[in-house]
Amino acid sequence: MRALAHIAHGLHRAWGALRQLAGDDAYERYLVHHAQQHPLATPLSAREFYAREQQRRWSGVSRCC
Amino acid sequence: MRNKLIGVLLAVVGAFALGGIALQRHEPINALWIVTAAVCIYLLGYRVYAAWIASRVLEVDPTRATPAERLNNGRDFVPTHRAIVFGHHFAAIAGPGPLVGPTLAAQFGYLPGTLWILVGAVFGGCVQDMTILLLSTRRDGRSLGQMARDEFGPVGGFAALIGTLLIMVILSAVLGLVVVNVMKHSPWATATVMATIPAAIIVGLYLRVWRPGRVLEGTVLGVLLIMLALLGGGWLDHQVQLRGLFDYSGVTLAALIIGYGFCAAILPVWLLLAPRDYLSTFLKLGVVILLAIAIVITHPQIKMPAVTQFVDGTGPLFGGKVFPFVFITIACGAISGFHSLIASGTSPKLISNERDVRLVGYGSMALESFVAIMALIAATLLDPGVFFAINAGAGVVGATPEAAVHTIASWGFPVTVAQMQQLATAMGEQTLFARTGGAPSLAVGMASIFGSTFGQGLLALWYHFAIMFEAVFLLATLDAGTRVGRFMVQDLLGRIYEPLGRTSWYPSVLLSSALIVAAWGYFLYIGVIDPNGGVNILWPLFGISNQMLAAIALSIATGILVKSGRGRYVLVTLVPLAWLALVTTTAAWQKITSPDVRIGLFAAADDLAAKLAAGALPPERAALAPQLIFNQRLDGYLALLFTAILWFVILDMARICLRRWRGLPLPPSSEAAHRPTRLEAVLAGEAR
Repeated sequence: MRALAHIAHGLHRAWGALRQLAGDDAYERYLVHHAQQHPLATPLSAREFYAREQQRRWSGVSRCC
Repeated sequence: MRNKLIGVLLAVVGAFALGGIALQRHEPINALWIVTAAVCIYLLGYRVYAAWIASRVLEVDPTRATPAERLNNGRDFVPTHRAIVFGHHFAAIAGPGPLVGPTLAAQFGYLPGTLWILVGAVFGGCVQDMTILLLSTRRDGRSLGQMARDEFGPVGGFAALIGTLLIMVILSAVLGLVVVNVMKHSPWATATVMATIPAAIIVGLYLRVWRPGRVLEGTVLGVLLIMLALLGGGWLDHQVQLRGLFDYSGVTLAALIIGYGFCAAILPVWLLLAPRDYLSTFLKLGVVILLAIAIVITHPQIKMPAVTQFVDGTGPLFGGKVFPFVFITIACGAISGFHSLIASGTSPKLISNERDVRLVGYGSMALESFVAIMALIAATLLDPGVFFAINAGAGVVGATPEAAVHTIASWGFPVTVAQMQQLATAMGEQTLFARTGGAPSLAVGMASIFGSTFGQGLLALWYHFAIMFEAVFLLATLDAGTRVGRFMVQDLLGRIYEPLGRTSWYPSVLLSSALIVAAWGYFLYIGVIDPNGGVNILWPLFGISNQMLAAIALSIATGILVKSGRGRYVLVTLVPLAWLALVTTTAAWQKITSPDVRIGLFAAADDLAAKLAAGALPPERAALAPQLIFNQRLDGYLALLFTAILWFVILDMARICLRRWRGLPLPPSSEAAHRPTRLEAVLAGEAR
C-alpha cells in the first residue's frame, strides 16, 4: 500500500515537472504570485496572460543555432 | 570518499575507451567506444573542472539571492527548480548546428571532429556558457550586449550588436540553404515540411483561442498532425498526378522559403512562431533520446577512417586544411558564441540559486556536445563512398552519377551507381547524389540506425521522419533568427529616425522585416545557384561568425574577471579565447588571401572572372558567373569584417585589463549588490 502511494506520489511529481517544463502551469503560478503580491488588484485572464507572455518571450533571442 | 571513487572510476573508464579509439586506428572501431569516452569526459569535466571553476574562479555564492528571487514577478523572473531550468536552457541552446557541422567535418575522418567536440566543449563551450550565465545572473539577467556596454563602454556594446546581427543573417541563409537541399525534387519531403505550417497554425489557434496556454495538449495534437503529414507525404509520393505539385527546383524552394520567412517575421507570434517552436522542441528532445537509445542498442561500426587524406585541404565538402577548418566547421557542439545570448537572456532570470549555474550552464552544453557526437557517429557509420557521394557537390565530383562514383572511387572510397540507386530507392528518394548540406546524409545515417533498431522495413519512413525533423528544426531557428534580426534592425533604424524603432509600428515592422529577409535571402539565393553547393562557402563563414561571437563573450568574461580582481584565474577564459582568436583569424586569413580557388574567396572570384573574360565557361555557367563573382568578393569582405570586430573587442578588453593593472579609473562593476537569499528557508518550510 505504501509502495503504491510512493509510486502515485512520484508520478504526480513527474507530471508536475512535465507541466512546468512545457509552461502549462505558468498561469497558475502567476495567479499564486499575484494573490500574494497584489491581493487587491484583479489578475489578468488566462487568455490575456498567455497572449502577453508569448509576446514577451518572442521579443528576444530564444533559440540558438 | 565516494565522490573520489566515482571520479577515479570515470577517469579509468574514459582513459580505457580513449585508448581503445587510439589503438584501433587501422580497423573499424565501434561507436560505443566513442560514446563511452565522451560520457566519461563530460562527467569528469563536470565533476572536477566545472566544480573548481564555480567555486574558485566564479566564486559562486549559494547564500546570495538571485534576480529570480529578488525581482520575482511571477512571469519572466521566477525562481525555478534547477532541473526545469536545465530543461529550458537545453531546449533553447539545442539547434540544428550540432547536427550539420559534425557531418560536414566528417570529411576529415572521425577523429579530428570527435577530439575537437570533446576538448572544445569541456574547456571552451561549457566554460563560456557557465561563466556568462553566472555573470548575467549577478547582473539582473542583463544581455551580453548590455554587459559589454556596462563593463567596457559603448563602443564594445555596439560591436557586439553588429556582430550578432551579421550572424543572424549568415545563420538564416545557411539554414535556409540546408532546407532547400533537403526538399529539392523530393515531393515526400516537400509535402511533409509544407504540411507542418498549417499544423503549427492549428496548434497556435488551439493554444490561443480554444484552450489558452495548454501547451502539452497543443503539442500532442501538433505531433499527431505532423505524423499524419509524414504518412500523407509518403502516400502522395506514389500518386503520379499529385507528386508533380510538390516537385520543385532549388530556386523555387528558395523563393518559397524567403516568402515564408517574411510572413513568419510579421505575423503574430502566437499564430506560427510559438507553436512551431513547441513542436520542434518536442521533436528534438524525442529524437535525441531515440538516437541515444538506438546507438547503444545497435552499437554500429564506424566505417569512416580515423583520418582521411582530406586533412591536406583538398576535401570535397569544403576546401581547407584540418587546421583551422575543423575548428570553424564544428562551432555548435564544441563552442558556440550564440549560446552566450541565451545564457544572458531568459535562463538567468529563472535560476533560484547561484550554484545551479554548473548544471544549467556547463551541464546543458555538455549534453548539446553529446548531440554533436551522435551526429558525427550517424555520419561516419555510412560507407565513406556513400557519404562522399551524398555530400560532394556536382561541381566537385562531376554532374553525372557515373562521373561522381568514378571520382570518389579514385580517392580510395569505392561506391557504385547501383549501390547509390538501391539506397535511394530504400529511402524513397529519386537520387541521393550531390545532396549537399549535411542533412540528407545525416538522415540516411539516422534512418539506418533507427531502421536496424525499430524495424528495417520502414527505412523510407525513418528517412523522411529524420528529414522532417531536421527541416522543422532548421525552419524554427530560421523564423526565430529572422524575428530577432528584425528587432535589431529596428533598434539600429530607430537611432536614425525614432519612429522606426517602435516594434509595433506597422510600416517599421514591414520595412525592417523586408530588410533582414532580403539580406539572408540574397545569400540563400546565391548559395542555391552555386554549382558547388553553396554550403562550402556559407558554412565556414557561419562558423567564423559564431566563433567571433564566442570570442566576444569570452573577452567580456576575461575583462570582468580581471576587473574584479580575479586576474590569477584569467587563463580559464583566456586560453579558449586565444585559441578561438588564432583559429578564426587563421581561417579568415586563408579565406581572404589563399591563392587556392577552393579556399580563397578573392582567388575564386578572380579565377572565375578570368574564365568568363576568356569565354571558357559554358553558357549557363557564364550567365551566373557575374553574381557568383560579386558574392565571393562580398563574402571575402565579410570575413574581413568579422575578424576586425573580433580584434576590436579583444583590444577593448586588453585596454580594460591594462587600465586595471596600472591602477587607472575603470567603468564601475555593474554587479548587483549582495543580498542574502531567503529562498532556501522558504522552500525548506514548504517541504515540511
